[in-house]
Amino acid sequence: MREFAYQRATGVREALMADARYLAGGTNLVDLMKTGVETPDRLVDGRGLDLGGIRTAGDGGLVLGATATNSVVAADARVRRDYPAVSQALLAGASGQLRNMATVGGNLLQRTRCAYFADPSEPCNRREPGTGCPALHGVHHNHAILDWTEHCVATHPSDFAVPLTAFDAVVRYETLAGPGEIPLPEFYPPVGGRPDRETVLPPGALITEVVLPVAPVTRRSRYRKVRERASYAFATVSVAAALDVEDGVVRDVRVALGGVASRPWRARRAEAALLGGPATPERFRTAAAAELAAAEPLRDNAYKVTLARNLIVAVLTELEGQR
Amino acid sequence: MTDETRTEISLLVNGETSVLIVDNRRTLLDALREQLGLTGTKKGCDQGQCGACTILVDGRRVVSCLTLAVTADGVGVTTVEGLAEDGELSPLQEAFVRLDGLQCGFCTPGQLCSAAGMLAEHAAGWPSAVTRGGTPDLDEAEIRERMSGNLCRCSAYPSIVRAIQETAVSR
Repeated sequence: MREFAYQRATGVREALMADARYLAGGTNLVDLMKTGVETPDRLVDGRGLDLGGIRTAGDGGLVLGATATNSVVAADARVRRDYPAVSQALLAGASGQLRNMATVGGNLLQRTRCAYFADPSEPCNRREPGTGCPALHGVHHNHAILDWTEHCVATHPSDFAVPLTAFDAVVRYETLAGPGEIPLPEFYPPVGGRPDRETVLPPGALITEVVLPVAPVTRRSRYRKVRERASYAFATVSVAAALDVEDGVVRDVRVALGGVASRPWRARRAEAALLGGPATPERFRTAAAAELAAAEPLRDNAYKVTLARNLIVAVLTELEGQR
Repeated sequence: MTDETRTEISLLVNGETSVLIVDNRRTLLDALREQLGLTGTKKGCDQGQCGACTILVDGRRVVSCLTLAVTADGVGVTTVEGLAEDGELSPLQEAFVRLDGLQCGFCTPGQLCSAAGMLAEHAAGWPSAVTRGGTPDLDEAEIRERMSGNLCRCSAYPSIVRAIQETAVSR
């Protein structure tokens, strides 16, 4: 690990002035520093900032502090009642120990688990632009099926970001030039030719809060994750969905996928195919097929197309049956 | 090494305070083992995947291999050496011994600290990925899910689960 300076910040401005990498739970950053993927000169520890709380917003939504841990958010009674898919996604990720360390802000900024990215002896356009993507024709059974380019086929690893994308959550941040906010569906840009550009946060920005907006639909939501073992593994495919049905007609619906693209994938085609129509398994199947019609599987991951389709149908069917 | 890359910290471990100077790169795991001589906490994978280095920080279980020692300045740390009370094994430790919750023993300190933290989480009403509805009983499925961050290469899992379940029931 390369040597680095360390300081604790007690105020947001002090943290911004430090011109350093922000450290929160460290579960991803420290790991990548050990292997030399991350080489910060200076860390500023943000856990002393007053950003660990969860509060009800003026309009009834919920505001998650950036340094609230995954465990605390997942156990929060308001999160469990009004945004069950958010609690379920957090509990589906990592282990009890890591959830006690990992934070809201850090979760959104975690790096891909592509094995080539994690190995500095390999080329990787995301880690070192212009060096190439060995995963494109290499070991890629767990890589992207949607929206990838020849520059990068990695997937985004977060479970938490999937329901946040489905629910149009908003990231709030501070910079020395003032505050700003970005809706989750726009937070991660398409991979395009710049896989190293992972978010649209301005340089030096510090995430301070994530806002979960009020929407009746989120109360009946579900996160389901398929992985290679029963627990403590990243998703092969996951689905966050929410469904609001009245008199058999879909009044509101949200669907997002994890494990299929370089960013959490908002399934807008599926949503459009469902909205205003009957909430039947046939329609769920049509919607899922519409979403995955654009899929371009790699040599070894076509199973994800079928899996994603079936998972969308299964979760929507389960939500419809819950009424 | 410049002064900016080292920090003097105060570590409160198992009720005893130690002041030490750490390289900022040093993990809490290495500080405990190499600087404080507390070798109960084990280094398995050193990348947060096996749970052998699990300790309690302010009562919550964490992996010490991904915790920088410098970040632990002033917090309360409990390691496996601190689980016994007045020289008597805790009920959890006693159950592991009685029910053979180990074979080689390398993962055991992490299993014990993780289980202690997990029982406190359950007592606080925290859900798990297999929880449906309110606060569940700690049945086998709940224990296995909540302990999935601790690997046992000897696969002593059935006995580990029994030891934890018995401790939970007798609480």
